[in-house]
Amino acid sequence: MSLDRRQFLAWGTAAAAGAALVPGLRLIELAQARSPQEAASALQRWGLLIDITKCTDCEVCVTACHEENGVSGHGRPETDAQWIRKVSLRDKRTGYAQALPLMCQHCEHPPCVDVCPTGASFRRDDGIVLVDKHTCIGCRYCVMACPYGARSFVHEAVSGQKPDVPRGKGTVESCTLCVHRVDRGEIPACVEACNRDGGNAMAFGDLNDSCAEIRGRLRREHSSQIRADLALNTGVRYQGL
Amino acid sequence: MMRFAAAVLAVVLSVAGIAGARETRASRVAMPVIKIENGEACVAPAEEMRRDHMTFLLHQRDRTLRQGLREPRFSLKNCVDCHASRETGSVLGQEGFCSSCHAYAAVSMDCFECHTPLRRSGAARARR
Repeated sequence: MSLDRRQFLAWGTAAAAGAALVPGLRLIELAQARSPQEAASALQRWGLLIDITKCTDCEVCVTACHEENGVSGHGRPETDAQWIRKVSLRDKRTGYAQALPLMCQHCEHPPCVDVCPTGASFRRDDGIVLVDKHTCIGCRYCVMACPYGARSFVHEAVSGQKPDVPRGKGTVESCTLCVHRVDRGEIPACVEACNRDGGNAMAFGDLNDSCAEIRGRLRREHSSQIRADLALNTGVRYQGL
Repeated sequence: MMRFAAAVLAVVLSVAGIAGARETRASRVAMPVIKIENGEACVAPAEEMRRDHMTFLLHQRDRTLRQGLREPRFSLKNCVDCHASRETGSVLGQEGFCSSCHAYAAVSMDCFECHTPLRRSGAARARR
């Protein structure tokens, strides 16, 4: 095959233009919602970054989560489902107190998935850890295995579910990172509420997207995982812990 | 003559008996109520939906949950939105689209142990 000069120049220019375009430029905004015909992909990994220094003693995230997902209790705190909770930490020597929201940490290597006997507990390609309630038998192995105590068992019959969030007696559930909202291109309810009514302590984004704000902050600032010693590579990271 | 009359009487009585039995059986069995409140056409022909709706829903649920494919065609939410009763807003109940047919066919369904049987509000429907 022989190339004439004109063809060589044209290809060379196109290649150079392509190389110049690739880093940093996105022709289509990645934060947009996937189309309903497009499957969740491993190119993305959804995560949260929570700045505890900005976390006040409000419960806005908890209320918003339970409202969005239709999680209502029966006034029995021992058995009521809990998708997110505020945890208080206090240094016994100095008395320094902190509070942080704790929910499913959406691990890369989730212990709940390892122990599930039916494959109901699974990790979606984009990093969101979910329970397939169609195959969950309610054995609660995952509840035992989760080092964060993030999973709840539904003990009593449920009514008044949200159309996007089916819930039923005899199955295990936990934070879904508001997967129904994420699939529409929205952010989780807790993050939205914290940014609106709380201390603006929570950020949501794609940990694999080099242009995402959350990725930039994770690169520049110090952050930590809860129980990093377990090497689960959590999708939820904390600052100021 | 008497024998003939008895035979005629027996025939008449047995015909009446069969008809009566048929009548009482028809009135005893709750026939399914098929009232379609919204939409002109379903996502597939009615014969196909009657035979295969459970298969469509089974495949759709795994695609939606496991792969995040929220295709509207066989989505349970969309089924409920069209088929919920105008009075109760539900696909369950005495004359519910799902429950009346399932009661007739004596097939239990588990969908609404977890999923809501109620139609979404207009605003929620617009959000997909």
